[in-house]
Amino acid sequence: MKTNGGAALIKALELEGVDVIFGLPGGAILPVYDPIIDSPIRHILVRHEQGAGHMAEGYAHATGRPGVAMVTSGPAATNIITPLADAYMDSVPMVVITGQVGTAGIGTDAFQEVDTVGITRSVTKHHELVTNAADIPRIVREAFHIATTGRPGPVLIDIPKDLVDPTNPNSALDWYWPDSVDLAGYNPRLDGDPALIEDAARLINASQRPVLYAGGGILKARAAESLLALAELLDIPVVTTLMARGAVPDDHPLCLGMPGMHGNYTAVTAMQESDLLIALGSRFDDRVTGKIDAFASHAKIIHVDIDPAELGKVRRPDVGITGDCRLVIDELIKALKQLGAPENQPDRSSWKSTISGWQEKFPLSYVQSEPGDLLKPQFVLEQLRDNTPDDCIVASGVGQHQMWTAQYWKFQHPYTWINSGGLGTMGFAVPAAIGAKVGRPDRMVWAVDGDGCFQMTAQELVTAAAERIPVKIAILNNAYLGMVRQWQEMFYEERYSEVYLSPDLPDYKMWAEAMGCVGMRVESPEDVLPAIQRANEVDDRPVVIDFRTDASEKVFPMVPAGKSNSEIVVGPEGLR
Amino acid sequence: MSPATRHHILSVLVENKPGVLARVSGLFARRGFNIFSLAVAPTDDATRSRITIVVDVESAPLEQITKQLDKLINVLQIDELAPSDAVERELMIVTVTVTPESKPAVLLLTDEYSGAVLDEAGDRITVSLGGTPEALDAFTSQMGTAVVAYQRTGRIALPRITS
Ligand SMILES: Cc1ncc(C[n+]2csc(CCOP(=O)(O)OP(=O)(O)O)c2C)c(N)n1
Ligand SMILES: [Mg+2]
Repeated sequence: MKTNGGAALIKALELEGVDVIFGLPGGAILPVYDPIIDSPIRHILVRHEQGAGHMAEGYAHATGRPGVAMVTSGPAATNIITPLADAYMDSVPMVVITGQVGTAGIGTDAFQEVDTVGITRSVTKHHELVTNAADIPRIVREAFHIATTGRPGPVLIDIPKDLVDPTNPNSALDWYWPDSVDLAGYNPRLDGDPALIEDAARLINASQRPVLYAGGGILKARAAESLLALAELLDIPVVTTLMARGAVPDDHPLCLGMPGMHGNYTAVTAMQESDLLIALGSRFDDRVTGKIDAFASHAKIIHVDIDPAELGKVRRPDVGITGDCRLVIDELIKALKQLGAPENQPDRSSWKSTISGWQEKFPLSYVQSEPGDLLKPQFVLEQLRDNTPDDCIVASGVGQHQMWTAQYWKFQHPYTWINSGGLGTMGFAVPAAIGAKVGRPDRMVWAVDGDGCFQMTAQELVTAAAERIPVKIAILNNAYLGMVRQWQEMFYEERYSEVYLSPDLPDYKMWAEAMGCVGMRVESPEDVLPAIQRANEVDDRPVVIDFRTDASEKVFPMVPAGKSNSEIVVGPEGLR
Repeated sequence: MSPATRHHILSVLVENKPGVLARVSGLFARRGFNIFSLAVAPTDDATRSRITIVVDVESAPLEQITKQLDKLINVLQIDELAPSDAVERELMIVTVTVTPESKPAVLLLTDEYSGAVLDEAGDRITVSLGGTPEALDAFTSQMGTAVVAYQRTGRIALPRITS
């Protein structure tokens, strides 16, 4: 069948099972926007290309399926670099299609030309500049394969205009669809080496103070059930990193919650004092380890990751296993049972009681506000948590509000927490929540956002209103770039530099209404619940609530940057 | 170049496609690994190229470099060649000043290194020689201040044949 590059691209996306594209057209990608009209694929017209990228990410986080964004060349391609970098850091499967100037124009500084593959090289898992229309079906097939297998990540396809323009002979091709993908240089290893798995089992059997250190890779590998089975078999505690919140239910007795710079005392200290860390799909990020030389210095390390480059990148494992977390955990469970688990496990009751002692002594805490004072952000989060369904999806921006959400939410299910961990992208919440809601229309989706973050991508609420995507946004409006303010307060002697934003400029309620959303403002504790209840009832448009929160509130516990995790500060009193 | 300890040779077989060299060199830059020299050309199979990279292993552990390289989709195979397990060659062209008195010695030395004269005019002559990197080092140091300019290719290497 004779076809052209543009039609072939859309057909290929359909065959990949794509049901939605987030995008915005322009000159170079124009020819592809014509066949979209006749395609069953839903296109969501964003207001800024960064929004398209984060929506694709939110969609991928919530569904496990790759998110797809399509934008034009030049400034549109540069606008989507932040989401690419974000997806690369957090291993989010995503395919981004960018238009490019015509083949003959490449390299001439043509209108809206940028070297897209050059600029995105270090923030994509892979990228292709298409040079021949006949390659399009194959390249699309490969892109989805690469984005979704192994360690997932973003793949970029850059397509010159002449190859998709049916009026240009360069776009002609005979349609085909490859049966399989043949990439000689790409063979991610999935099953772990059985000998190493047995070594790991023996290390576990010899450990007195083990901790399971679960990272985002657990979620990527759909390994949450396997992880819980492993934890329960051995009766050993699990910490869930910022990227793995929800991988084990927070109300499970073995779940210690979040470790790291703003992790809870018990999670941080259990890792620090352990004699064996079983790292599963986690990468010893500096925000988790604190000062690396002082991190869990008595612990042996078992490290399982699908990306062999993670093994030994930061901390040399005693047993490093390359493989898919779910498959490796399942095999590990078998190996442990073969060696006699659970009966053969050492008596770890003193470790367990040490841990529960920490939990009792150092719970998360805050002091409720006095009547007439501004809201405590933690209180707002507790109210939101307790008045939304268990399987509600929560997205967040980056800053204090993100850390409080990660701390105070009780995640009961995997894939209910969506945030920007590795890159720390302010402005992530609104578009990510929209993407999540598009992927999971059956779920309630809230974004917890900062006032600073909100101002970076709020325009996507116009997209959501126009497309009737009923996301709900809770702005924890402390009138500050709060996280930066916290650092200036603690480490720069309260010399506040360029962090004040103002509580009512902009007027968030009016802004929300102008964007076609329901807008509310809440200033006192008794109004928090009614506002949440009202928001929960709105199902035909987005809702924005401006919660006026106390700017002086800081995120604790905190391990100051560059310090050892043993120097964790649990509260404003600075007491350990 | 000083041998062995600080430097390591990676022989990287890649798909011969546009952008692949940029990916490889970009990865070194992005991860903070230093390239000492790099030589690249298609292999006997024209769909593939071999990149011989001499890396400064003080900039990063070799293991991390090879693992990151291996993640590139277009990288097919990486051989880490310890100098003792590899045969290595490098090509150099060098221009030296000569006087009527020194010229015979320069020609003799060139001959000893199996080199060839490529060009000569006035008081200058340009010779080419191939050999181990150490031999090329020795040649230039023997030429001393007579050297006007030289260009080396960077080394290429293959594993030693084991029976
Ligand atoms: C795009 C971007 N710019 C700057 C930063 C640095 N940064 C981290 S948190 C933060 C403050 C965020 O303010 P806000 O959204 O109001 O959240 P809060 O900390 O007040 O909860 C800033 C500026 C960042 N992470 N991302
Ligand atoms: Mg703020």
